[in-house]
Amino acid sequence: MLIVEIESLTKIYESKLRVVAVDGIDLELEQGEIFGLLGPNGAGKTTTISIATTRTLPTSGTVRIAGIDVVKHPAQARRHIGVVPQFNTLDRSLTVDENLYFHCRYFGFSHGTAKARSLELLEQFLLSERKDMYPAQLSGGLAQRVQIARAIAHRPTVLFLDEPSAGLDPQSRMAMWKAVEGLHKEGITVLLTTHYMEEADQLCDRLAIIDYGRVLALGSPEKLKQTFGAQTVFDLTLKSHQGIESVIARLKARAEVSGAEATPEGMRVMATATDGLLPEIVQAAAGLGLKDLKIAEPSLETVFIQLTGRELRD
Amino acid sequence: MSMADGPGMFVKSFAGLLLRDLRVLTREFLPFLLRVGMQPLLFLFVFTFILPRMGGANPMAAGGGMNFGTILLPGLMAVAIMFSGIAAVALPLSAEFGITREIDDRVMCPLPLWAVALEKVCFSALQSVIAALLVIPMAYFIPAVPVRPHVGSWFLFALVLALGSLLAGSLGLVIGSKVNPKQIGLVFSIIVVPVTFLGCVYYPWAYLGKMRWLQIAVLINPIVYMSEGLRAAVTPEIAHMPWWAILVALLFFVTALGRLGLKGFLGRVLS
Repeated sequence: MLIVEIESLTKIYESKLRVVAVDGIDLELEQGEIFGLLGPNGAGKTTTISIATTRTLPTSGTVRIAGIDVVKHPAQARRHIGVVPQFNTLDRSLTVDENLYFHCRYFGFSHGTAKARSLELLEQFLLSERKDMYPAQLSGGLAQRVQIARAIAHRPTVLFLDEPSAGLDPQSRMAMWKAVEGLHKEGITVLLTTHYMEEADQLCDRLAIIDYGRVLALGSPEKLKQTFGAQTVFDLTLKSHQGIESVIARLKARAEVSGAEATPEGMRVMATATDGLLPEIVQAAAGLGLKDLKIAEPSLETVFIQLTGRELRD
Repeated sequence: MSMADGPGMFVKSFAGLLLRDLRVLTREFLPFLLRVGMQPLLFLFVFTFILPRMGGANPMAAGGGMNFGTILLPGLMAVAIMFSGIAAVALPLSAEFGITREIDDRVMCPLPLWAVALEKVCFSALQSVIAALLVIPMAYFIPAVPVRPHVGSWFLFALVLALGSLLAGSLGLVIGSKVNPKQIGLVFSIIVVPVTFLGCVYYPWAYLGKMRWLQIAVLINPIVYMSEGLRAAVTPEIAHMPWWAILVALLFFVTALGRLGLKGFLGRVLS
């Protein structure tokens, strides 16, 4: 069953500067999958999520959550939506327990069921000891945990996580991943945005790589790596570009080199195997004044470089 | 999920928002009382307790006089309504929009956005009513001569109180959604203070007759109708505007400010 259907979605901000934030995105999410939107900052991930969660109106296109059009019936659609926003939006005037309890009340739970549900969530997310604390007293990781607990309190069909690990220490990030995997086992559908490829690789069943408001590639992390050649990328910083063409030609002649090109900083070489290639590259580039060499192992990062010609984190 | 359970959900969800505000208010009830009570308390104390006792020695006392309390009571109720409305909606909303984005969770509840805004206004109105009623015992116990309200028409009293409180909440919504938190202090100086001082709080509107231009100019000030409306309801022996004019004006301002506030609110939560 399709839980999220996004059809030719566009969002154009018309102000002094015309910004096309989302440029014709089509996506379909199946029940129970963890789906990731991977892309650099400003790629249109957050805008897409904002539209899907009824907070931004699209310029054109439709989004249906559990079959409900989010523009025509936002209040109804919200019953199926759980959101963990990028920032801590916990209610500062309420305790952790009350944040969960009143969230349930907003979704029509009776006093008794809301009480029971918040108790259950406090236990599930190991928050029982901190139930009487106020959000201002919580660390970033804990606040994030409360936000996830709150987002799923009303048992939504789909959970949206916008950059869930931004600003989290590695330990809290692992805890968050575990929590999301736990929800996955319960059968909840998850749509998350991230610009951490490790997160996308580890957590997601399927991914859409997004840049400039468009979907560049779609599939499981494995499939993406296969399709777009799981390649090692060598990024060289060179003093001069003089004679670079012959160097590129020389490298391209090797069987394992699938591509080589000049970049503003120097040169980029993509290869399917690396045995003995490193000394060859260093030697070849020596004449051009090799200043620095970066090697990216085959990963979603290299897929992204392949697709866009730039790095994910720049 | 059927569409038929919509209205039930609407009521429950709306009640949930009210309960949340109620919880926060009861937790901070003492600060709330101090916030809404200090102004009328000191006003009554200075103008109706201290000044009358000074007799002729102080020229200000002549301005006060023995039945000043009777004029002051409805006016101070109007100010209490106004201040409480702004403190209950404008200040928290401005912060929630600007810095903390806490409003997000309530905006994401299964209610139309206008209903979330309406809840804010209604809850603010409730606080305004409490604040206004609080002035009545103060006016009885503090002044040198106790002020006893003579409610001519309870219906009119309830109506003016309700409309006035909704008006204050709507104004709070306008200010809270249009003004960023840094400038909220400025709003108090350039809007709240002038509208209260020129709001026929400390004098009945009829007495402005000798300054016809001012009497007409203050008609754009919504507090005028709250003061005059309460005057008509609580101390009918003092000159006041006709009740129908008051009700028409109050209705007009509630609708106009309500619409403006809703527009501002939608503009902030929906992009």
